[in-house]
Amino acid sequence: MRLLPGPLRRKNGNDKADGNGTDGNGRNGGNGNPDIPGALLVSRERDEAIVNGENGQGAKEQKALQRERIKEAATEVPATAIGWVDERTGLGPFARGFMFRKTPKGTNWFYTLGSASMFAFLSQAVTGVFLAMYYRPSADEAYTSIQHINNEVFAGELVRGMHRWGATVMVVLVFLHMGRTFFFGAYKYPRELNWIIGVVLVLLTLMMALTGYLLPFDQRSFWATVVAVNINASGPVIGPYLADFLRGGAEFGATTISRFYALHMLLVPGLIAALIGAHLYLVAKLGTTAPPWLKAEKKRDLAKEEI
Amino acid sequence: MPGAFEGETVTRRGLMTGGALAAGGIASAAFALPALGFALGPIFNNEEVNDEWQDVGAESDFNEQTYVAKVGTLVTNVGESGKTTVYIRKATPEDRSPSDKKGAKIMPYVAISTRCAHLGCPVRYVQASEKFICPCHGGVYGKDGSVDGGPPVRPLDRFYTKAERGRVYIGKRFSLNSKLERFPHPRDPSNHLDGLWEYLYPGRPST
Repeated sequence: MRLLPGPLRRKNGNDKADGNGTDGNGRNGGNGNPDIPGALLVSRERDEAIVNGENGQGAKEQKALQRERIKEAATEVPATAIGWVDERTGLGPFARGFMFRKTPKGTNWFYTLGSASMFAFLSQAVTGVFLAMYYRPSADEAYTSIQHINNEVFAGELVRGMHRWGATVMVVLVFLHMGRTFFFGAYKYPRELNWIIGVVLVLLTLMMALTGYLLPFDQRSFWATVVAVNINASGPVIGPYLADFLRGGAEFGATTISRFYALHMLLVPGLIAALIGAHLYLVAKLGTTAPPWLKAEKKRDLAKEEI
Repeated sequence: MPGAFEGETVTRRGLMTGGALAAGGIASAAFALPALGFALGPIFNNEEVNDEWQDVGAESDFNEQTYVAKVGTLVTNVGESGKTTVYIRKATPEDRSPSDKKGAKIMPYVAISTRCAHLGCPVRYVQASEKFICPCHGGVYGKDGSVDGGPPVRPLDRFYTKAERGRVYIGKRFSLNSKLERFPHPRDPSNHLDGLWEYLYPGRPST
């Protein structure tokens, strides 16, 4: 069965049923599609029920019919639910346009890097939310709470491992995606704005990497963050103030870790999620580009004109 | 003007639009500005910096020849991560001579901060070569903390020192330029302090 929203699918079924004229019952017609083995099974059962009815077993026939009707109603549930939502949101045309949009010839595996980056972000978001259930962002407790997650919480090592290595994977994927866009020339008119949004997303991803690096609060993350903040301080005029903002004061203190946690956990991911929405909207709106090695096909008469 | 009654300079629709936008702007500013100030506040105060005089040992612990490592507290509320090693020795006549142009009182002890002036890693003192060496990017400093090699942009910071009733105390940290002139507001690592650079890396209210 094709992926169509409820009302349309139901309508299709009705048309078919009326055309075939099998039993004149519009609702049964929906399952009269001969492509579906399940539907065949249902119709066989129905035939049996009718045969049984002719033998004078009225109660049995009634029961079988009822069972069949419930079965049919159950198969209709997903379609009905989708239809209910669609009728109230009008999302159908948008969803179809988004999911079944046209792609150019030559579309290849490199075009999956964008969605790969997005799924990396989603995996970071999900594992991050659950890590936040056990993590305590304070200078005294951060390290011990990470030890607790790693050693005592069920599957803690796995979830933290996914978050920790997923971070690296996300940065790598985002850069590969950027490289694909650059080398395929996909940043050119009319997609410049999407390129700009993408660049902001790269910067935000790196900011996630920077702010997340401090949170385990071991020696490595502590000194790496000291160095990173001092690199910020090396900018003339605003640098020292920027470093003060990041540290929450002149020295690396108790505010620093909670500040990094808030940036890592709320501000930056919120911005990333919003910008991914805008990025995707523009992708759906403008479509994707063909790879640069595919030349546009010239029509024969056009070629003649050129000669 | 189209849409306006006679004598009106603004259409009613225009006034409503402008009014609604202004109301929205004021409402947003009412929560956004305090929140922003809340986040930027630490730039303007020095609550977390420990500026108490700290006792680091008896005067007899220190000599003029070599540095003795002591532990000082920079930030009081973060446990171990707020502490730092301080290298201390007795000041010699050379230490008191021409350098303290900015009117610093002659300090009885030299207390060197281990924060590397490149990017803030902790340096260690190697007695055999009489150098401070940074593990991160290869910064090397001489015995008085001035740069001998590598990427650091200025000498190692120092702490104010005083001796009272046989005990040695260290106070706040201060920075120096390459002539070992003192700057009362300690600068971040990576900030140059020679010539005009002093003004490009301003002392901040938080220090």
